Amino acid sequence: MTFVRSAPEPVLPPPPRGRDPAASSTFGSAANIVTTLVIAFFAERSLPHFLAWAFTNGVWRGDAADCRDAGACWIFLHEKAPFILFGIYPEAERWRPLLVVSVLIGLTLWTMPHRHWTRATLLTWVVGIAGSLLAMAGGVAGLTPVPPSAWGGLPVTLLLTVLSLALGFPLGLGLALARRSRLPLGRWLATGTVEILRGVPVLTLLFIAAVMAPLLLPDGMRVETFVRALVVFTLVSAAYLSEVLRGGLQGVPRAQMESAQALGLRRREVLLIVVLPQAIRKVLPPLASTIIVVIKNTSLVMVVGLFDLVSAGRVVLNDPAWPMPYAETYLMIALVYFAVCHGVARYALHQERVLGEGGR
Amino acid sequence: MVRRRHDFHRWWLPQLLLGGTVLALLAAMAVTVTGNMALRAMTVSLGFLDNTARFPIAESVMAYSPVDGFAWAFATGLGNTLLLTATIIVASILLGIPLALARRSGHLLARLSAGAFVDGVRNTPLVIQLLFWYGVITVSLPSPRSAFQPLSGIFLTDRGLHVTTLGITGTALPLVVTLTIGLVATATLAWRGRLHQASIVSLGTVVVGATLWLALDLGLRPDVPRLGRYNFVGGLTVTPELAAVLLGSVLYASGFAAEIVRAGLAAVPAGQWDAARAMGLNDRQSLRLVIVPQALRIMLPPMTNQFVSVLKNSTLALVVGYPELNSIANTTMNHTGHALECMLVLVLAYLTLAGGISLAMNALDRRTARWTR
Repeated sequence: MTFVRSAPEPVLPPPPRGRDPAASSTFGSAANIVTTLVIAFFAERSLPHFLAWAFTNGVWRGDAADCRDAGACWIFLHEKAPFILFGIYPEAERWRPLLVVSVLIGLTLWTMPHRHWTRATLLTWVVGIAGSLLAMAGGVAGLTPVPPSAWGGLPVTLLLTVLSLALGFPLGLGLALARRSRLPLGRWLATGTVEILRGVPVLTLLFIAAVMAPLLLPDGMRVETFVRALVVFTLVSAAYLSEVLRGGLQGVPRAQMESAQALGLRRREVLLIVVLPQAIRKVLPPLASTIIVVIKNTSLVMVVGLFDLVSAGRVVLNDPAWPMPYAETYLMIALVYFAVCHGVARYALHQERVLGEGGR
Repeated sequence: MVRRRHDFHRWWLPQLLLGGTVLALLAAMAVTVTGNMALRAMTVSLGFLDNTARFPIAESVMAYSPVDGFAWAFATGLGNTLLLTATIIVASILLGIPLALARRSGHLLARLSAGAFVDGVRNTPLVIQLLFWYGVITVSLPSPRSAFQPLSGIFLTDRGLHVTTLGITGTALPLVVTLTIGLVATATLAWRGRLHQASIVSLGTVVVGATLWLALDLGLRPDVPRLGRYNFVGGLTVTPELAAVLLGSVLYASGFAAEIVRAGLAAVPAGQWDAARAMGLNDRQSLRLVIVPQALRIMLPPMTNQFVSVLKNSTLALVVGYPELNSIANTTMNHTGHALECMLVLVLAYLTLAGGISLAMNALDRRTARWTR
């Protein structure tokens, strides 16, 4: 006798997986109760102090005298924010860095949706960056010239980030391709360059650039600190990005390249249309972390005398009229970085989901 | 038609061109640099390393004084760098593992607070965090007269941390020898994967040590920091600079370590838990025998990168004024003008250390490969 199933088996619900509801996860078991109590103990010891510092005793209006023996000196930030954000840029011309910051942030926001990834957007970026540099430097269209040594604050941070990523990406792609080249000499040179740039601390590289720049240039020629720092950051981002891209390129099956060639695409087209999009899709998480590293690295220019957010913050803290509200100042600068870096991380997660659905 | 494997136009010519261009660039750089150095009357020789350094180093793990040579100053800086790197790596892992477990736990508060901490430290520059902690120590902590005492015997002041140390009274040499032998034996056995024997040896060491302690009539004498004329004396003192660097870097690195551990545990397929349970293992056993060995292999490559980052980030100690290799080399450069030599020493030192970390981690990777397969 055989058994032939005529009706389908009833579909069972999947076993419950996922998290307990809040209440049972905090008080469900003995271990959870202990954890809750430990966290509550620390919160009880620290939170009231923090809230009193920030709000109850915080100084929201008044002047320097009010901040003595008080809580958080928020009024200090209100007073010093323009200097922290724009540094030693001439006060009458502050609309220029403000414009540059808005343009860069606006362009970034505009580029985020998938449908805006077009040639026109790329062109707008090139124009936007060139225009930003011109607006900062002046000397054209009746703008007062401002040398890069007088630039400061947020525009320096943003420009260094955007420029080092924009210039570093093609360079990094070149290094990644060279490391996969069939020519051994190309492989060796690329590997050596990348490993040196990755093994030596950025701070050391910045010092080396400061020492080597006058020796490498013909006598009498000088190069701005901004340019020097930009060269270092570009090379470093290129090295970091090349490692990420190399990982992605290795993950694209050879057959993809061969079939694209069989379709009659040129080598450049094979790379740009077929291989690279797949490679980048594979390495979105490390790509985002690398971009965040590059953003955070810009805070190092402080040590070579460039005036970014962090050094501006350090300078305002030296004002003897105020009781050195370091926590408020660093908190504010940290929040700016956090907003940018966390934004990048979140956006990458989002893209991973969107692109992951399209790809296989 | 059989094509030759290395035909001239596609194999030799591009490489000759590339090599020629690189050599020409290097030659042009060399010519400019030597010309500029001649103009500045700079010479290249490592002879200056024997000269007296004449600058002070605020603190070091190795004995140093300004009458020592530059070579010893470099060694002192290297010692400080190694101290920072090793301490930060160990402490950040010890802190990162519970953080990762908290982020994976079902406990809502633990998950949220660990998540907020990890996101916060990872998304802000280390420079700001170091400056912040330095500010906390030097501005917000009380002066030695009204030192903050979180636990009895530990004093927090704006001049640094003062911790009570325990000294052993009596002849402790046999005890030290026993403990060292026991520790080495345990570590060797654990490295070979003989965990059972390792635990027996470590237990035996403790028993023998305790017997020796009683037999030799040893005692403990605490060395409590006392308030002197200006500052605390006695006990162990951690300067504000070192404390800020360690605190800031350990918290920063622990955020990254936690993410690597979490990702490693998450990358082990959920089916492995089910399979382990089906074999009759309980939760602890499944974790120890099935999940952790596999997760460890996944974690090792990103951990290697993380350790190299810790090494490189130790240069940021400069912003709070802790003297490590990079800043000492920079001082030397400014004092002597031997820029090229100092740079060479720096690059070689960091490349060697980073390479050493990678080699050690690869050795560990091969070990774990043997365990898991």
